[in-house]
Amino acid sequence: MLMHRYANPTRFIRIADTIFPWAGGIMVAAFVIGLYLALLTSPADYQQSEMVRIMYIHVPAAWMALFTYAFMALSSAAVLIWKHPLALLSAKAAAPIGASFTVICLATGSLWGKPMWGTWWVWDARLTSVLILLFLYLGYIALINAFDESERGGKAASLLALVGAINLPIIKYSVDWWNTLHQPASVFRLDGPAIHSDMLWPLIVMAIAFKMFLLTTLLTRVKSELTAVRVRNIQRSLNGNLV
Amino acid sequence: MSEIEAYLGMGGYGPFIWAAYFLSTFILVGLLAQSRRVLKKQEALLLRLKAIQRGDRND
Repeated sequence: MLMHRYANPTRFIRIADTIFPWAGGIMVAAFVIGLYLALLTSPADYQQSEMVRIMYIHVPAAWMALFTYAFMALSSAAVLIWKHPLALLSAKAAAPIGASFTVICLATGSLWGKPMWGTWWVWDARLTSVLILLFLYLGYIALINAFDESERGGKAASLLALVGAINLPIIKYSVDWWNTLHQPASVFRLDGPAIHSDMLWPLIVMAIAFKMFLLTTLLTRVKSELTAVRVRNIQRSLNGNLV
Repeated sequence: MSEIEAYLGMGGYGPFIWAAYFLSTFILVGLLAQSRRVLKKQEALLLRLKAIQRGDRND
């Protein structure tokens, strides 16, 4: 099966090492260009003036918070269905990255809300469901680290990740289903983006930068987890020899 | 007011905008650096253990 071919740890590390410099290079280039566009050349908004510049980090962070969770949930499904060890390591490696995106999304949203809405926080459906997303990430991290033998903790955490995926459509459609203070979607709409290309481009470039950040950090962390497994195996065999 | 001051002021929203950018940079750079550090530590540990294992076999 194709999936299992890539799931071989040695092969994975070889592929990861090939991808890594490219992903890192694209990430740096996209951040440089994206920040230049976002902070210097993009226009001020007609309603929000300069404040709109927060969008160029808030929105990519929000997209990536959801994307990373979807990745974690799919990996967790592979853990539960096929007991796939590399899938578990991938989900475990992704969780802190997704949690970081969610923190950035919430913090920048709060900094945006204060001058525009007059409040740091409001319990509307969008904000509350994203806060729940953060708790799901933190719950997953806590569960997976709670057991010495990773199999039991892995199963419980994978189940949490999978059940928590119900929150993703709730976050996406919260602005349509409920009357929220948060504005509805401007980019991913059936009738096309309702945002001028002068703002859409910096947003797209920053989104690429965030995606490459996920890729480079994820590869680094999965490689770490794989190395840790080999370390544990050798430690176990050395201890066995001593007895 | 100089041009740079006007730019940094961001029409009065400077503190909010710069706080958002600095905080995000801090989190992302910190996470990537921590991930690299853990990887290097694990790799060094693996090399050491492999050396010990080779020593074992030679005994």
